[in-house]
Amino acid sequence: MSLIRDAIDAVRRLVPEALPGALPSEAPPDPLIDARRVIGTPLSRVDGPLKVAGKARFAAEVPLDGLVYAALRYSAVARGRIAVLDTAAAEAAPGVLLVMTHRNAPRLSPPPLMMADPRGAAASSLPVMQDATIRWNGEPVALVVAATQEQAEHAASLIRIDYEAEAAALSFDAAKPHAAPPGDILGEPTTIKVGDAEAAVAGAAFRVDRIYRTPRHNHCAIEPHAVTVAWEGDSLTIHDATQMVHLTRSTMAAVFGIAEEQVRVLSPFVGGGFGNKAVWNHHVLAAAAARMVNRPVRLALSREGVFRATGGRTLTEQRVALGAKADGTLAGLIHSGVTGITSHNQCPEQFSFPARHLYAADSFLITQSAVELDMVANTFMRAPGESIGTFALESAIDELAETMGLDPVELRRRLEPERDPTSGLAFSSRHLVEAYRRGAERFGWDRRNPTPRARRDGDWLIGQGVATATYPYYRMPGGEARIRLRADGHAVVQMAAHEMGMGTATVQAQQAAERLGLPVERVTFEYGDSALPRGTLAGGSSQSASIAAAVAAAQAVLVEQLLRLAGNDSPLAGLKPAEVEARDGGLCYRDDPRRCESYASILRRAGQDELVAEAAAPPPAETQAYSMHSYGAQFCELRVNAVTGETRVTRWVGSFNTGRILNPKTAASQFRGGIIMGLGLALTEETLFDERTGRIMNPSLADYHVPVHLDVPEIDVIWNDIPDPHSPLGLHGIGEIGITGVGAAVANAVHNATGIRVRELPITLDKLL
Amino acid sequence: MNPFDYARAADPAEAVRLAGARPNTKFLGGGTNLVDLMRETIETPDSLVDVTGLSRRIEVLADGGILIGAAARNTAVAADPAVRKRFPMLARAILAGASAQIRNMATVGGNIMQRTRCCYFYDDAARCNKRVPGAGCDAVGGFNRMHAILGASPACVATHPSDLCVALAALDAVVHVEGPTGGRTLRFIDFHRLPGDRPDIETALAADELITAVELPPLSAAARSTYRKVRDRSSYAFALVSVAAALDVAADGTVGTVRLALGGVAHKPWRAAKAEAALHGAPATEASFRAAAEAELMDAVGLPGNAFKIELAKRTIVATLAGLVRGERS
Ligand SMILES: Cc1cc2nc3c(=O)[nH]c(=O)nc-3n(C[C@H](O)[C@H](O)[C@H](O)COP(=O)(O)OP(=O)(O)OC[C@H]3O[C@@H](n4cnc5c(N)ncnc54)[C@H](O)[C@@H]3O)c2cc1C
Ligand code: SF4
Repeated sequence: MSLIRDAIDAVRRLVPEALPGALPSEAPPDPLIDARRVIGTPLSRVDGPLKVAGKARFAAEVPLDGLVYAALRYSAVARGRIAVLDTAAAEAAPGVLLVMTHRNAPRLSPPPLMMADPRGAAASSLPVMQDATIRWNGEPVALVVAATQEQAEHAASLIRIDYEAEAAALSFDAAKPHAAPPGDILGEPTTIKVGDAEAAVAGAAFRVDRIYRTPRHNHCAIEPHAVTVAWEGDSLTIHDATQMVHLTRSTMAAVFGIAEEQVRVLSPFVGGGFGNKAVWNHHVLAAAAARMVNRPVRLALSREGVFRATGGRTLTEQRVALGAKADGTLAGLIHSGVTGITSHNQCPEQFSFPARHLYAADSFLITQSAVELDMVANTFMRAPGESIGTFALESAIDELAETMGLDPVELRRRLEPERDPTSGLAFSSRHLVEAYRRGAERFGWDRRNPTPRARRDGDWLIGQGVATATYPYYRMPGGEARIRLRADGHAVVQMAAHEMGMGTATVQAQQAAERLGLPVERVTFEYGDSALPRGTLAGGSSQSASIAAAVAAAQAVLVEQLLRLAGNDSPLAGLKPAEVEARDGGLCYRDDPRRCESYASILRRAGQDELVAEAAAPPPAETQAYSMHSYGAQFCELRVNAVTGETRVTRWVGSFNTGRILNPKTAASQFRGGIIMGLGLALTEETLFDERTGRIMNPSLADYHVPVHLDVPEIDVIWNDIPDPHSPLGLHGIGEIGITGVGAAVANAVHNATGIRVRELPITLDKLL
Repeated sequence: MNPFDYARAADPAEAVRLAGARPNTKFLGGGTNLVDLMRETIETPDSLVDVTGLSRRIEVLADGGILIGAAARNTAVAADPAVRKRFPMLARAILAGASAQIRNMATVGGNIMQRTRCCYFYDDAARCNKRVPGAGCDAVGGFNRMHAILGASPACVATHPSDLCVALAALDAVVHVEGPTGGRTLRFIDFHRLPGDRPDIETALAADELITAVELPPLSAAARSTYRKVRDRSSYAFALVSVAAALDVAADGTVGTVRLALGGVAHKPWRAAKAEAALHGAPATEASFRAAAEAELMDAVGLPGNAFKIELAKRTIVATLAGLVRGERS
């Protein structure tokens, strides 16, 4: 992926000059690594009241003068050509302003692809509505603009479209023999070989060699994708629901052949992103239509539209083979497999990532390949790869523990590596064993009966299972922050970041307040607007670290400016930036806390209302110097009905090591949300992709089963809260780790309950009859 | 959604008259099914006659039965004290269905008339004999987890999705209808049809006939009755298999009255007549229950996606009856 590759390149380019002589590993820890004045307090969401009152305005709610509404028609075949296209009835329908098809759509450049083009936010690089060719079942083939949403939808249903269908690649099993390894997996090598793992496994005293399968999943964020767009001359404003305002800006500029500065993307609230709120066809189509009708246009996808025109997690078939020695250490670890992708995206579903960093072994074979299918571009979905990779790996570890007669927690303790087992780098902060210890204690793991089918309550078989959670630490390069410090002692911190419900607005105000030595009430965090300093994408659980680094850089500039401004009449006179710290609404000499001056006083004396500092974050050198990951232990208790095979999860403990937790309240929500999504992955979620037609057959929340309240038990989450000495503020992002390990913990508990090992998700009741 | 006219009827006669006045008219209950289908352009009525203003009374009859107005909301029926006491399986069946919000809107008439949830029926890009007679059936070779194992035909393997109706089938309910030429009653178990070669014709109701009420005849055994629904998540999912059962055990330990109906298995709520016959007078033991379940499912035919339901149905029947013997109600 170019983002990560870019980061690596940027580091290689910049680090030698930026830090002459200093290896990143020698960089001192963030001075705020232990600060706990504001950081670590359970501040309630600053945008909570707005959202509860219905006053937070989402992309599909922005009022604009003269706004008109768009509706889409989706193709009904997976591959072929539009043979008949009759739009007369739609054009004649009441309220219709435009029927746009490939015939009359403006000529547009294909959108630059995310992870391939540095400007790219598009999940697919296919041209949008530029010809009669169909590339997936559900591809938008026509758009109607009308005075009302209802009129647009009605008119869209009147368009007659016939297709000349062509043979399509739809069957994963049929395509599998032609699977090929991608050139790289998000910038990492596709294959890692250490020693001869096949031989080591074959010759090992204890062996597990299994195939695991995971299905497609669709995104079901509460807010379906929507844009409200308006042109003014050649300038385009997009009210969007996005996790990447700046990349959306550059992508749309490229599509329409205008300068980036002519595009503004606003996205103050996003009702869940999870990896899917990137640029899809509807952005391009809405903007094209708005240009044609010369009016602002709203295009809000229906739930079905989200399933047809935006992608989700792709399917995989994975092999995990483990060969263990009598002492419980691994002679060989193999994790390989195939995923389904398309020819027009860059999302290999990195299921092989966890095995690269989790356990010690004498030999490794880690590799993944892919087949190209004719389907909507698969995309990133909460812990892409890690979520389902840990299902396979952690199920296999459990199978190995069973084979060896070892407690699965004890087995993992024996597999604990000293350094990253495949890169050889030192871990920046691991503490997985500690997470296991605390989680096991909280859960009461020592009281577990290891014998399957041994605990029963009436018709219900009770089981307990455990699995490791893991997700990388990422920090994206290129983020910039601005601090506007006002003479009234209030600071506005600005960065085009994203609030998708995780708590960004709250937590970033907290960390900035800590950095500035201000009470949190006196800090406002402004985000979600491409007119602000450049934000990095909110993905890969990277945003908090990316923002923290940019704000730290801006604050360093601010301190220099303040000292200069303070001049000789200040108690701070003569001090260097490194000698002062931000405290109590101003700066103080580190060695003498009585030598302080408040921001207000400095600014007033200088006769300034405001001081503005802006800086870019340094490149993420830390990720090159260390193996940086978050870890956790997921403990599950569940019941399986011996009569019907129904599974009900009854208790959950998630114990995490994710660096320092900035806000325990919003953090708990992130962990729990991830675990709940993991319960869906484990038990209920599956996109029904009809391989005869390439059609998704359950594009609704009635038929695509996410967990309902009754499926979710009390979820107890705890964390080590040990700062990572090599990350800004000692933090790790936590948006994704919660989902990892959940599938395996459930599968392992199901095995403990029933004696049945389910290696294909979801674990539906028919597999347990 | 296509444009349509809307009118609200004050009484059954007006509803029938309004419906007869224009072709392609449909009655509108809570709209939780019909409006969805109109949005998908699966249903395209030119006009709607809103019948939520008709009787929604829930009335205990002199003989101990209960008469429920067709406009009664599902929630109201499930909450009615007489229903809960005399026919607990009905209250449980309703509460096992949909969501609280949907049940608050849904009417008894609409629930009975709701259409299958077969995913190919819902998608006009698919072939479906129920939607377009003669078009073919994409479910047979496709996703058919939710589909029928009993009474299906090559033309259609869809199921009736209702929970409420499974209880009505078990309870020998009677449907009161009103048409242009007056009223009539139908036995509930004759109300829905098997698909045969005309899966588009789903009930014995004529297009201009209106359901006005459902009558539950008295049944003392129903006081000990229950509804067990097996599904893919804990709530808000349609039944893979469901069982409505009432059971009276005589002093000698044999089965007295038994009523058994299955949901999620057929094109109509499935009254398990064979199982009932096998149980009459048999000892109320798991062995008898299993034998009865085997008898009922003898003719079941599984598809690749739903063959598991044959065993699941048998097990659920046995467990539900055994639970009633033990005095369990859920
Ligand atoms: C997401 C979802 C999940 C659901 N889950 C379940 C479930 O688990 N179990 C379950 O049982 N149901 C379930 N349902 C279905 C729900 O129970 C039905 O939609 C509801 O009962 C229909 O009642 P209504 O009054 O809204 O009918 P409407 O949608 O108004 O009408 C449905 C049909 O009945 C006809 N009709 C209405 N009233 C009369 C009348 N008096 N005489 C003649 N015809 C009439 C209409 O013309 C229409 O054809 C679910 C629905 C949804 C949307
Ligand atoms: S099963 Fe019935 S409803 Fe489903 S596609 Fe076939 S004919 Fe249509």
